[in-house]
Amino acid sequence: MWRDNLRGIFYIALKDMKTYYFKAPAISWGIVFPITWILAFYLRNPGDFKELVPGLIAMTILFSTTAAEAVVINFELRVGTLERLLLAPISIPAVLLGKVLGGTIFGFAMTTIVTSGSTIVLGLRPNFLYLILIILPSLFVFASLGALLCVTVKEVFDAQTLLNLPRFLMIFLSGVIYPVSKMPSVLQYFAYILPLTYTVDGLRKSFLTSPDRIVFLYTLILIFFLFLFIFPAIKLLSKKFE
Amino acid sequence: MKSDTIVIKVENLTKRYGDILAVDHISFEVKEGEVFGFLGPNGAGKTSTIRMLTGLSKSTEGDASILGMSVKTKIAEIKKRIGVVPDISNLYDELSAMDNLIFMAQLYGVPRGERRKRAEELLKIFRLYERKDSPFRTFSRGMKRALTIAAALIHNPEILFLDEPTSGLDVVAAKSLRNLISNLRQQGITIFLTTHYLEEADLLCDRVAILVKGKILTIDTPLNLKTKTDKKTLEDAFIEITGLEPEVLAIEKGK
Ligand SMILES: Nc1ncnc2c1ncn2[C@@H]1O[C@H](COP(=O)(O)OP(=O)(O)O)[C@@H](O)[C@H]1O
Ligand SMILES: [Mg+2]
Repeated sequence: MWRDNLRGIFYIALKDMKTYYFKAPAISWGIVFPITWILAFYLRNPGDFKELVPGLIAMTILFSTTAAEAVVINFELRVGTLERLLLAPISIPAVLLGKVLGGTIFGFAMTTIVTSGSTIVLGLRPNFLYLILIILPSLFVFASLGALLCVTVKEVFDAQTLLNLPRFLMIFLSGVIYPVSKMPSVLQYFAYILPLTYTVDGLRKSFLTSPDRIVFLYTLILIFFLFLFIFPAIKLLSKKFE
Repeated sequence: MKSDTIVIKVENLTKRYGDILAVDHISFEVKEGEVFGFLGPNGAGKTSTIRMLTGLSKSTEGDASILGMSVKTKIAEIKKRIGVVPDISNLYDELSAMDNLIFMAQLYGVPRGERRKRAEELLKIFRLYERKDSPFRTFSRGMKRALTIAAALIHNPEILFLDEPTSGLDVVAAKSLRNLISNLRQQGITIFLTTHYLEEADLLCDRVAILVKGKILTIDTPLNLKTKTDKKTLEDAFIEITGLEPEVLAIEKGK
């Protein structure tokens, strides 16, 4: 039975990547948007572009993993294809995990491009272990967050709107552009309940020359967020088939 | 090819949506190789019943077993051995006919080497082979329906559930689909089909259950239903049994 589910997760992710992700809308949300946003910010406040690289990577993680979530979940729920998946010997959690994995793999591809591109162009020397420890769990966290928000609403349009709320909230409050340490203290507390804060700070530490073990703690915190998002998402999706 | 083995056994199956009693304590049995029809007007509870039997929704009360396994506890095993055609043709619009079938074959664990062969075979049977590379979205209603049935057969199921296979199709497309279904029956696959078309039930089914407002009024062969009521057509027999006008069956769902 677990073999059926694993196979299901794999083929659902694969199909979603083929049909939704590696297409113009997902690519523009997932990679073009973060790059333009960061460049626009840089042009208004020219300084050291290197400082913006962790934010750029974090934003790419956030936007690429959630780029097609509304389509792969809400649209498929509406047209009935998601239900078709459930007629196969695949459980509801496996269907949701397949959807999350699709977003994660697409995010991984986009993030790899942005990360290697910016490190090479700017001649940075990151700590690769740290990068992996932050990027991998982050991809899963934001793909699951996207899935969770999508299953709370019915329509594709509502899901897109709902997704934008945490997206933009986190861009402004998680240190993507303004360092958390320079924000008013109330907002700083708030920043620490946002998962992207750990992504940005973890990435920042990956580009420093001296190692900082707090990165390991961040990995654990991110995994905690992953569970926090994925279980309710599974529960809510199951509710739709009672 | 009918045998006496019971492949579907339903006992007191009930579905409630809030205040609506959609399926009201129904019981019936389907034998291996049989074409069993669920005949009833829109809103009778046909789809609700199929959804409970195929794992898409939970029963409020009662139980059903398929191929000797309870749908409550063994649904994952059951799903591997049944094929389901839902009331809407819900394959992927952007995938070609071939890719849709291959994707289904992947989900059902059809061995890699057999997927394409099986898909081609089905596309030929359902006369869609020439269009195998066209996206599903470009198909006519009838072709979509045919491909959805083909997709349900990709893993060689022992039982096929068909929810209103010809609903919304023009006469020609419906007729051609009925021929295909009748061919499947020759091959010995057990078919559970729902319909609100009297002539479809008469033509295809070995036995029909007449379902009205969630209750089964009677179960018999179309011939016996006509003899019992002393009517020439199943339509007249239906009117006699249900007290309903046949027009209620003809009303299309406003979806
Ligand atoms: N998800 C649902 N929520 C509430 N009511 C439903 C739901 N699905 C079906 N119903 C109601 O249950 C009854 C039976 O519906 P259905 O099983 O679709 O009938 P049929 O397939 O015979 O047309 C109808 O009154 C319908 O409105
Ligand atoms: Mg129906």
